[in-house]
Amino acid sequence: MNNHRWKESIPTAAMWSIAILITALLAWILCDIAWRGFSHVSWDFLTSEPRDAGRQGGIAPMIVSTLLILCVSLSIAFPLSLGTAIWLVEQTRQTSLGGRAIRMSLDALAAVPSIVFGLFGNAFFCVLLGMEYSILSGGLTLACMLLPILTRVTEEALRSVPTEFQHASAAAGLTKTTTLLYITLPTAGPTIAAGAVLGIGRALAETAALIFTAGYVTRMPGSVWDSGRSLSVHIYDMAMNVPGGNSQAYATALVLIVMLLIVNMTVVSLIRLGSNRISGRNAR
Amino acid sequence: MIRTESLSVHYGETTAIREVSLQVPEGHVTAIVGPSGCGKSSFLLTLNRMIDLIPGATTTGRILIGGQDIYKPGLDTVQLRRRVGGIAQKPNPFPLSIRKNIHLVLKAQQNRTRAELDEITETALQDVGLWDEVKDRLDRPALQLSGGQQQRLCIARALALKPSYLLMDEPCSALDPIASAKVEGLIEDLRRRYTIVIVTHNLAQARRLADDVAVFWVQDGSGQMIEFGTSEKVFSTPDNPTSAAYLSGIQG
Repeated sequence: MNNHRWKESIPTAAMWSIAILITALLAWILCDIAWRGFSHVSWDFLTSEPRDAGRQGGIAPMIVSTLLILCVSLSIAFPLSLGTAIWLVEQTRQTSLGGRAIRMSLDALAAVPSIVFGLFGNAFFCVLLGMEYSILSGGLTLACMLLPILTRVTEEALRSVPTEFQHASAAAGLTKTTTLLYITLPTAGPTIAAGAVLGIGRALAETAALIFTAGYVTRMPGSVWDSGRSLSVHIYDMAMNVPGGNSQAYATALVLIVMLLIVNMTVVSLIRLGSNRISGRNAR
Repeated sequence: MIRTESLSVHYGETTAIREVSLQVPEGHVTAIVGPSGCGKSSFLLTLNRMIDLIPGATTTGRILIGGQDIYKPGLDTVQLRRRVGGIAQKPNPFPLSIRKNIHLVLKAQQNRTRAELDEITETALQDVGLWDEVKDRLDRPALQLSGGQQQRLCIARALALKPSYLLMDEPCSALDPIASAKVEGLIEDLRRRYTIVIVTHNLAQARRLADDVAVFWVQDGSGQMIEFGTSEKVFSTPDNPTSAAYLSGIQG
């Protein structure tokens, strides 16, 4: 082997070992959860209420609460972030003061720890607006948390639409609204959806923002005004507060991970669809 | 008729074109030639106010199209661009089906029935000689067409709006010689029916197509028009020594 090749092989080997190390670490965690959780997951586990503070029974109310919180937060955060992103892209120059100020505050908000959002949600939604511990409070708090990231992802998606399309449509005498509705949004659609799904992943995994807002009662929620425990809060409670709850925590974690995995696979396929649409390989 | 009076374009501090005054007679093909960076494309962008979309660009002087000052405050640029169609250098069909590419611009114009839309689409595609090539796959993505077909679709899209003027920015430069010949033949067919301003690098093309030729050149750091006249006159006995050298292939 000559000198030149030998030098090349060092960074290659280094990169491979780092990659293998990280993958192995993650695989270990996943396998551990799957190994310990799998024996407890059954149809009954998914469909029954918890008993004995969660040591026995299932997680049906948590699944329902989680999905309700998700619905509330997305139905608020998605339209708001879409509107903000469109405004940022269409109405402000990238260098203008207003646009820069909003972008900076969004980035700052995205970096705020979720526990802070939890405290804010508790003070604002639960106490000040009198919603108390409820799925609505939790969902709205999550919406606040998702807004910055969803807006930025949507903004990037809209900006990634080639400007040729906008120029083409302006030259063809189309108005800004027509361009937005028929060209920009459909082209950016899959990427925006991918962003939304990424948001769903964030929301599914959230714990700290929900403990003080959605609460942690294990009852099946009757409406969004009821308090409800999300899957992630349930894991926290089982692992930390309930002696003998470990196996239940593992099983719940496994369910949550499978849900996240489905969400992530959706993101990947949506992004692929999106890039195909721009390149025209798979356009409608 | 398109008439510019002391038209200048600035990008921030730099002046892209300075004091261009020229007249494009009705029904003529006017070619704008010159080396890269001499402001040919900037000039074209001012004529349908696409220059408005470029951040930092400002325009001074006057442009009259069909007697109307197109920089008059409050002018509807959407209406202007339907009257003055623009064809870009690189084909830029929408990421939609072939049919929708044309339907979309028509729908935005006024309400028409599906049958009317299809009829105009067919006429426009026939005008650019694309109909026979695509009539069986109108609902396939336009981006799957070849480059030359895409460019002709873009011209069809502009023609569907029944413009009076067509602006073409090196419409053949991104195409292979065969596709390029087809587009050139198409421009030949469109002659007299439309008033055409075409920017081109290709002097032979300008000579073949144009009634009038304007030569742009960089002087004192900005693009200026150094020669304008009928194609015959400009190519045989140019007044300006620089353009004479350029047109005979010695310089530029």
